[in-house]
Amino acid sequence: MTAIAPASKPRSASHALRLLFKALALGFLFAFAVIEIAPFALTIANSFKCDAAVENRPMPFIPLPETVTCRDEDGEYIAADEQVSGIFFSPSVDGYRRVLNDKLPRWAFNTAFLSIAVTILRVIFDSMAGYALARLKFPGHRAFFFIILGTMMIPGVVLLIPRFLLLKQLGLLNSYQGYIVTLAADAFGILLMKQFFESIPREVEEAAMVDGANRFVIFFRIVLPMATPALTALTIFSFQGNWNNFMDALIILGGNTDLYNLPLGLTVLRGSGLDVQYDLVLAGSVITTLPMALIFLFFQRYFVEGISYTGLKG
Amino acid sequence: MSADSRFSSSSAAKATTQAQQQRADAIAGLTFVGPAMLALIVFLILPLLVALYFSFTNWSGTRPLDQPDAYEVVGFKNYQRWVIDGRRVDDFYRAVRNTVYYVLGVVPIQTVIALLLAVIVNQRWLRGKSFYRTAFYFPSITSSIVVSFIFLFLFSAGGPINAVLSLLSPAYEPVAWTTNNDGVLHLLLETVGITEDSAGAWVEIEIMDLEIWDWIAGPSVAMSTIMALAIWTTSGTLMVIYLSALQGIPSSVYEAAEVDGASNWAQFRHITLPLLKPTTFFVVTLGLIGTFQVFDQIYVLQNDQTGRTTTSVAYLVYATAFESSSPNLAEASAIAIVLFVIIFVATILQRRFVGGDRAED
Repeated sequence: MTAIAPASKPRSASHALRLLFKALALGFLFAFAVIEIAPFALTIANSFKCDAAVENRPMPFIPLPETVTCRDEDGEYIAADEQVSGIFFSPSVDGYRRVLNDKLPRWAFNTAFLSIAVTILRVIFDSMAGYALARLKFPGHRAFFFIILGTMMIPGVVLLIPRFLLLKQLGLLNSYQGYIVTLAADAFGILLMKQFFESIPREVEEAAMVDGANRFVIFFRIVLPMATPALTALTIFSFQGNWNNFMDALIILGGNTDLYNLPLGLTVLRGSGLDVQYDLVLAGSVITTLPMALIFLFFQRYFVEGISYTGLKG
Repeated sequence: MSADSRFSSSSAAKATTQAQQQRADAIAGLTFVGPAMLALIVFLILPLLVALYFSFTNWSGTRPLDQPDAYEVVGFKNYQRWVIDGRRVDDFYRAVRNTVYYVLGVVPIQTVIALLLAVIVNQRWLRGKSFYRTAFYFPSITSSIVVSFIFLFLFSAGGPINAVLSLLSPAYEPVAWTTNNDGVLHLLLETVGITEDSAGAWVEIEIMDLEIWDWIAGPSVAMSTIMALAIWTTSGTLMVIYLSALQGIPSSVYEAAEVDGASNWAQFRHITLPLLKPTTFFVVTLGLIGTFQVFDQIYVLQNDQTGRTTTSVAYLVYATAFESSSPNLAEASAIAIVLFVIIFVATILQRRFVGGDRAED
């Protein structure tokens, strides 16, 4: 008893230190969470405000039940104070109405169509190539593997101009096809699938081989169905990447506003010069983000799991 | 006898089936990689070679390529003009300076924040882990263009950042964040009384057509908002990467250390950090490659007033090829190739310093 007593004093000091550390850690975590969430909350709130209120009174974030329109009977824009009081604001859907009457629905369709098309091709091509690299000996195996690793080092900007030229020569500039074929396979996806296929025990395939099945049957009937987790990750990454893809869309589709995807369209909504049309841009931003946000909330597990498939083992 | 012949014939049959199997595998393999290989070669490898080739020509992009005199091969002239000692050297190195400040500001900060967040979220006593993970990861599934517009709005003259700062301090005068070209290091020096005039004549010496004073400007206020954006977006993604690595460390390692009486700090310093080294290497590499190429955010947040302090090298490539009053695809290709080399060298250098392939210090 007496032997333990002296130790209790430093222990309580270290206990206090530990509590302090916990409080600091929690404070940091909480502050960062607020910093990450508040901009989205403010964006949603302000997407329901008229231009004047967005630019001068951005902070009020609690919507009142009654709505307003941004122009009064005389066609004049309402002042910020007519929409905002204290921390409350009267929401307006004018921004949404305007972008939806503009080309935004078309852009949303383009984005969905292009993302789905590219994702389907990638799932097929990347998994086939990944399987070949993981399991099959064929001439040029090593060369192909190094080509894939090499392409991961090429910055997107370097490809900007030559891809533009190439698609122009092929007559595919400003076309869905041009965008889709350009992005139909990607090194990241191939490596992801290769890594997954290497983790499947060979015995499964060998058993099928003894039964006389050829590689194509084995791949499509046996191996591919086992690869659902990796395919899900690939699907999510590819869909997300293309939903948000700006640079390729700018170069390949930039010449025809009817073919724009949502990110490219948003840069048109802003208007020209320093005078940004925030009501349109913020409404467009919310609409652009909503589908990805829903997918993320429903499939969150796969987003996080997907990251562990991306070859983090160094 | 009969057993013997049966054995040899079966081994011969085995050899033929094996050879057949190998041929079948080779055919299957080529068929399987065919589409992906074709796509990668045509749209990644070939374009790289095309960019390299045109960087040695004087083709501005306007003359049709099928004309016999569409362009000439001019050697290193484009490189000389932009990178060595030609007329555009100051534009190029200004973009290099902007990009380097951007990289040096963003990569260390986002890496440290990601690590801190991951370590905290990984604590056993923490409640609501999945909430934090969701909140931190969410910005990275959002389009870079959307995030850029959100930040343009946050930092606008009447925007939330200025509104909050005015609330906190009545004396605060709203800052025009997104149009401010003042370098933050210049502003810091000014607070201790050092200006271009008082610093001495040496700051006016030009290196690559840019005064030393301009080199040491630091990122401009406008560029800093873009850096804040990058850190805000990426920290969460990197946090998830760190978190999955932390969860891969067996708890027995820590239990053993605890038995030996190692403090929390000692455990972090001597167990967690060394074990996370490959992850740190990966996270820093991702950060370097991403930040050196910064484009989308610049495209949105760039404006006529801040071109000189926010243009990145990647944006310079685009602007030279498509936005300039006299577009020049050959010169833009040369800048792109130089950027490729810069990123390549930076990745190799950090491999040296962070040492991704060596497990311990």
